[in-house]
Amino acid sequence: MNPFCEIAVEEAVRLKEKKIVSEIIAVSCGPQQCQETIRTALAMGADRGIHVDVSAKDAETLGPFQVSKVLAALAKKENVNLVLLGKQAIDDDCNQTGQMTAALLDWPQATFASEVKVEGEKLIVIREVDGGLETISVKLPAVVTADLRLNEPRYATLPNIMKAKKKKVDQVKPSDLGVDITSRVHILSVEDPPQRQAGVKVETVEDLVSKLKESGRI
Amino acid sequence: LRHSCVPFCPPFLLLPRRLLLVSDVTLAHSAVLTSHLLPAPGLSAEQLAKVQGVSKLFVAQHEAYKGFLPEELTPLVLEAQKQFSFTHICAGASAFGKSLLPRVAAKLDVAPISDVIDIKSPDTFVRAIYAVTPPALVGKSEWLQQSLTKSDRPELTSAKVVVSGEVLITSLSCAVGASRAAVDAGFVPNDMQVGQTGKIVAPELYIAVGISGAIQHLAGMKDSKTIVAINKDPEAPIFQVSDYGLVADLFKVVPEMTELLKKK
Repeated sequence: MNPFCEIAVEEAVRLKEKKIVSEIIAVSCGPQQCQETIRTALAMGADRGIHVDVSAKDAETLGPFQVSKVLAALAKKENVNLVLLGKQAIDDDCNQTGQMTAALLDWPQATFASEVKVEGEKLIVIREVDGGLETISVKLPAVVTADLRLNEPRYATLPNIMKAKKKKVDQVKPSDLGVDITSRVHILSVEDPPQRQAGVKVETVEDLVSKLKESGRI
Repeated sequence: LRHSCVPFCPPFLLLPRRLLLVSDVTLAHSAVLTSHLLPAPGLSAEQLAKVQGVSKLFVAQHEAYKGFLPEELTPLVLEAQKQFSFTHICAGASAFGKSLLPRVAAKLDVAPISDVIDIKSPDTFVRAIYAVTPPALVGKSEWLQQSLTKSDRPELTSAKVVVSGEVLITSLSCAVGASRAAVDAGFVPNDMQVGQTGKIVAPELYIAVGISGAIQHLAGMKDSKTIVAINKDPEAPIFQVSDYGLVADLFKVVPEMTELLKKK
């Protein structure tokens, strides 16, 4: 599981342990392998899973926009009032899905969360922004995306992994939810970044400082 | 870009990056949308209007915009889009831009493109890992407070010199960065983290002190013009990307360097 998603699952489990959340549904979109990811979430403490079945070929072009349409449709169908996600995937680093899900649902968003507190019908969320931290309050239902420091995810224990095998995982297709997953973004090419050549090793601090002065960097 | 719109955030945050953005997207006309100008040491509407390439400036002021919440600003950008039909809507890849633009894009029923590093043509963009063509475009909440890290040092993403590590070279005017390990250990606040999930920096000089150079860290600094690595482990991966490497104990090197730089 993507590390940010793992943090989101952990946060949901903690909210359930505090009796704030009654049921956790773990959702993943993609080919058959997604079920393993869902089982991991179930072993961490999610109650049931929904696998949105997308063929391996379609999954290649599945972007955050299509996924957010799926998530928004499921959030309505399942009548949830909190959608928790990782802030970004670590393969494409897009950092869009949570924001777009919130937009499609017309719900407030609390992105890059490093602390979430529930106060009645409101969440008080501390967000990691460029210059430090920001505190906002959002009314439920809302979308929250997890940043690195929200929590430290637990390891699934063997008994919980065994129990997770018995939990229910439903399968749906995007079309069942009325979502068209055709992507309008085309990847034209993927190129390696220009290789950076290792430079020289210097022997002393004097050497280093004079080289930096020569090159005009200091 | 034929006709673009750049929503601006608090004027005192990440100024150089946003200015760069305006100069990058000025192939024809740019309109800048700025909300709620604060009497801060930032850019005033007059100054913004003078930026080369800016042909229109919209200023929206309302109490609701004070926290720059995406929920409040999205309707504003959408309304501007409805009236002026921009071909592109751009923002810097800051925490602000990353919160706002996906929300705007979803409302316009288009997929946004994040972290663009080059614009090849109006519909072809280069991202840190992909080159893509998109189709056309790349009050329920309440803002409570912002606690910004206070520092006399330059801002990390726009500094000319960045020193990363758990030490300070006090005689150098530099911004201070850190590895994820240092942030996770609680030595420094999160906004100092350089790397894939932290800040991306490209200063003229990057000095990595006692940083091994995990691939996620390299992703955040490899575009620096000159990279200096100081590490006692000669096998540290950081040496593979550094222009000048010094294999030595940082606790010896840093005081020595501080003294030498004082002399210059």
